Amino acid sequence: MNDDSKYIAIEGVEQRFKTAKGSFLALRDIHLNVAKGEFITLIGHSGCGKSTLLNLIAGLTTPTQGVLLCANREIKGPGPERAVVFQNHSLLPWLTCHENVYLAVERVFAATENKAQLKARTEAALALVGLTPAAQKRPGEISGGMKQRVGIARALSMEPKVLLMDEPFGALDALTRAKLQDELLAIVQKTRSTVVMVTHDVDEAVLLSDRIVMLTNGPAATIGEVLAVDIQRPRNRVALAEDPVYVHARKAVIDFLYTRQAHVEKVAA
Amino acid sequence: MVSAVFHSPLEAHAALPPAAKAVARPVATAAPVALQPMPRVPRDFRAVWLRVLPPVLGFALLVLVWELVALKSTTGFPSPLATWQQALTVFSDPFYSKGPNDQGVGWNVLSSLQRVALGFGLAAAVGIPAGFAIGRFEFLSRMFNPLISLLRPVSPLAWLPIGLLVFKGANPAAIWTIFICSIWPMIINTAVGVQRVPSDYMNVARVLNLSEWKIFTKILFPAVLPYMLTGVRLAVGTAWLVIVAAEMLTGGVGIGFWVWDEWNNLNVANIIIAIFVIGIVGLVLEFALVKIATAFTFEEVKQ
Repeated sequence: MNDDSKYIAIEGVEQRFKTAKGSFLALRDIHLNVAKGEFITLIGHSGCGKSTLLNLIAGLTTPTQGVLLCANREIKGPGPERAVVFQNHSLLPWLTCHENVYLAVERVFAATENKAQLKARTEAALALVGLTPAAQKRPGEISGGMKQRVGIARALSMEPKVLLMDEPFGALDALTRAKLQDELLAIVQKTRSTVVMVTHDVDEAVLLSDRIVMLTNGPAATIGEVLAVDIQRPRNRVALAEDPVYVHARKAVIDFLYTRQAHVEKVAA
Repeated sequence: MVSAVFHSPLEAHAALPPAAKAVARPVATAAPVALQPMPRVPRDFRAVWLRVLPPVLGFALLVLVWELVALKSTTGFPSPLATWQQALTVFSDPFYSKGPNDQGVGWNVLSSLQRVALGFGLAAAVGIPAGFAIGRFEFLSRMFNPLISLLRPVSPLAWLPIGLLVFKGANPAAIWTIFICSIWPMIINTAVGVQRVPSDYMNVARVLNLSEWKIFTKILFPAVLPYMLTGVRLAVGTAWLVIVAAEMLTGGVGIGFWVWDEWNNLNVANIIIAIFVIGIVGLVLEFALVKIATAFTFEEVKQ
């Protein structure tokens, strides 16, 4: 039962959407196991169903076929044990950063802990992403990178079994993105979370992942290739730039995305 | 596919405001304090004129036309000056009371406002929760939308006889009319607001698995508040329009009745004064509600 190599198990999943023009097959035949503590990135061209797959793991949507398991239990709906960092941060603009995180902490721990402990947890989560000074600010008063960090703090504060991230750094500039990637690496190192992250950034995927799951082009996308990135942690982005394993992995992903999966993109464009 | 397509415009959307705000913020906070006193003196002179002159000219035109009409009139239409003098006497003692049919303009305005407040308050108490329910549950929305579409275009005064019949009194009937006319904007705006709560916020609620009460207090209510306040504003505006007409029909004490009473006395100056009073009170109500609405609207919700 306690098979850690199959912490998240995705078995024969297919996802169809009903549209005005009839049924649309987004994903087919997805088989994937994620081990406990593993960092997985999903990469592929726009519209290949990366986010769809993430939403399925989150439980925000249910598959039309197949089954998803988390810790041997079927994923039937969203829940706090699978925290999601949304692409556009999705903070509630009328709450301060502290209150946004507190909302999540309260939901998960209010049954077992008192107010002071909940507050301490909230403050710890904000400190983890370096946002203690901005705790009392509203999302409208802080930068995009800070908002995304609050989103991450909110997700981490729930001590989720699985951290799901939907292009969390997609809307950020390159420097902020690099900084947050390093922070994320350090945090994941500390918390040993299981992470599934959607990205379209090759460097991000190679830098962060234990395995990179490459999706073929949609419609009817499926897993084209899975690449293991055998680089020791902690990883350092500067040292990695010339690491042969890194360069090779990067080449493999680029090759997949732009040589083998390029044709559909051209047709679409 | 759907999510991916759905996400990409949001990404672009999210990328812009923070940068814009980050630049705008410090300037906006620092500038008014430091810069305001300096350029005010030499430059804003023209701006002040542009602000003051047109409204003054507008009122001057009104008075001019009014004066001309009064000069040409053979039926005793009062001139602006005569009306002004009459206004001074009317407002010198706005709260006198000589029996139910002869009270000061202050009492009349206050009783009208009281009716509006009662009818509107009842409408808010029913309409806002109803709007939330209709917005939240599609079944209810499909159930009530045809009814609302049918009843909303009906002039509120058409409901007055029903009110008289059911409540057997002029005052409750007037309140009933206000209730009916102000409930629709509140139901509709609240329901639309609930339906337009960004799906991201609802996804947050789903991932956190929040209770329906938490969803309501932390997400739905704050997100819907601006829509709701728009509904309230529209409702109060309509209510103030309708009360005058309703009171003309029902009698009693009230600004509408006062207008009708002065017409029966052929005191046209008082009617004109009443028109100004109604206008000013409406303006104040509108202004107050706009202020409240802006105070409760968050930047990111306004968009």
